[in-house]
Amino acid sequence: MINGVCPVKKFIWSLLIVSLLAACASGVKLNDVPVEDKSGAKINNSQNKDADKASKSANSSSSSAGAGASSSSNAANNGNVGTATASNLPDAKQPTAAAPVNAPTAADAGMAGPANAAKVIYFDYDSYIVKPEFQAVIEAHAQFLKSSQRARVSLEGHTDERGSREYNLALGQKRADAVRQSLTLLGVSAAQIESVSFGEEKPAVAGSDEAAYAKNRRAEFFYK
Amino acid sequence: MSRSASFLFTLVCFIFAGTNLAHAEFKVEISGVGITQIPIAVSEFRGQEASPQKISGIITADLERSGQFKSSPTGVLLDENSHPDFNTIKQNNIDAVLTGSITKLADGRFDIRYRLWDAVKTQDLGGQSFIAMAGDLRLVSHRIADQIYEKLTGDKGIFSTRITYVTKQNNRHMLWVADADGENAQAALTSPEPIISPCWAPNGNELAYVSFESRKPVVYVHDVGSGKRRVLANFKGSNSAPAWAPDGKTLAIALSRDGGTQIFILDAKGGEPRQITQSPSIDTEPVFSPDGSSIYFVSDRGGSPQIYRIPVSGGAAQRVTFSGTYNVSPALSLDGRWLSFVSRGANGYRVQLMDLSNDKVTSLTESSQDEKPSFAPNSKLIMYATKVSSREVLMTTTLDGKIGTRLAGQSANIREPHWGPFLKP
Repeated sequence: MINGVCPVKKFIWSLLIVSLLAACASGVKLNDVPVEDKSGAKINNSQNKDADKASKSANSSSSSAGAGASSSSNAANNGNVGTATASNLPDAKQPTAAAPVNAPTAADAGMAGPANAAKVIYFDYDSYIVKPEFQAVIEAHAQFLKSSQRARVSLEGHTDERGSREYNLALGQKRADAVRQSLTLLGVSAAQIESVSFGEEKPAVAGSDEAAYAKNRRAEFFYK
Repeated sequence: MSRSASFLFTLVCFIFAGTNLAHAEFKVEISGVGITQIPIAVSEFRGQEASPQKISGIITADLERSGQFKSSPTGVLLDENSHPDFNTIKQNNIDAVLTGSITKLADGRFDIRYRLWDAVKTQDLGGQSFIAMAGDLRLVSHRIADQIYEKLTGDKGIFSTRITYVTKQNNRHMLWVADADGENAQAALTSPEPIISPCWAPNGNELAYVSFESRKPVVYVHDVGSGKRRVLANFKGSNSAPAWAPDGKTLAIALSRDGGTQIFILDAKGGEPRQITQSPSIDTEPVFSPDGSSIYFVSDRGGSPQIYRIPVSGGAAQRVTFSGTYNVSPALSLDGRWLSFVSRGANGYRVQLMDLSNDKVTSLTESSQDEKPSFAPNSKLIMYATKVSSREVLMTTTLDGKIGTRLAGQSANIREPHWGPFLKP
């Protein structure tokens, strides 16, 4: 029996490790370039403290200005240093190159969260009301968050592509806020939740018809 | 005798060269029907066929994009020392003639000279010479276009200003700084995650924008000269829609840190934001009035998104747009006369222009997916994003909507334009 369990455990552990490594690595190896914030990170010493701070806070998503932002895990490992190139115009300064900053990737998603609970809630057109059919999903997440006080969830609101990007960002925020409110009503601590919006920027489905729009009007649970 | 023969030979050569080059360089797409335009004859610049940039082509494209000029070739090559044949020119109803040259110097730089003539009064309107490196020849061309524009219209030219925009190709998002004609683009930021709402600081050296690289919208301020950037706002929730105050010391911004999206003012150095709007509704897309005293913004407090105005010092918001059920993305001209925005109507989303002296609104385009209007700093043109055959492109339009041009220079989807300020000479 003991002999039977151990290999399985080992196997699970190694799976975990492999998937963690994969999650870390994918930030670099994706075809997409990492964020290159051309901020002359190699310009050295005291003058560059601010730039260092900036790229660090970009990496960790904690902020110099910010209250209570949460930190995303693996990005800081991936920072390379870019080269700076400056072209001289008589008086017009041109952009300069510098340190790439990596964004968290989709591979980071779903690190925890309730098993067997959906992580997406869909909304009607121009609506922020959490429909009754999603109540069970909300309750599963509420249960999980209450039983795992250390768990942190990002509620990410999304809209379809029509209209102003900034106004859509605010609409997506309303959806995320609605889900947050449903969770806190069920007793989840507000400190465990951050509601944010991607507006129309990260559609789940490509396309410009109602079928695509319906899949894009959503809020997603992202555990970190 | 021999001299005039050689002149004739030169003339023939350049007529041919001229048509070819003009065709290669000229990317402005005029979509409107002509109005009152100044007819100007532009000569090839002597020596430009051997230079890296076709100076006269860049100037011609600039002047035509303004909507206020109609250009034609001079037919003969004229440099800054030539005396144009005004009898022939007058027969063709030309009001002004531009002549010039470009010469490569021993140290590799270029000497560019021009002279402008009033063809009606047959008067020399002056000229200038510039010494520049090859990489600055476009800028010099834009400067010359600015001087011609100012001399002939009385308004300041915007051709040497810069714009910013975002491109998206597959999953690669890039923030760019480019010349006002869309050319000479340089990347400021590359990211696998979206970038939106870039806007120029009044000093023309910094951009504020929203980046999603940390899996939420965070506002950065980016020095385009040094490339250094810093986080301006990363509060709990979403941070978005930055807009600089005219003095550059503060920014208006939309934050959702207390739930709901509301407008705040933040010191450009960061710190604690001051809340400007307090409503249970969405309040976003703030822009300062040119005098800095009030903020125009979008709110759905009346049931649909409309544009409102609120004093920066506090007080009640006043509704500004009344027609239609979706009016968003306000932009103000620096002269304080105009409000542009996007309105959803029966034909889709179109750029609108409101005359703030009488609140009269006109629709400026015939497209259906317009976004993000932005005024040129001389208040004479609007740049906006739209879709042409399902590709995202940038367009400019005159304020009467009659001359529209499409900006060249990028093959990817282009969006989120913002027109920078005048650069200090």
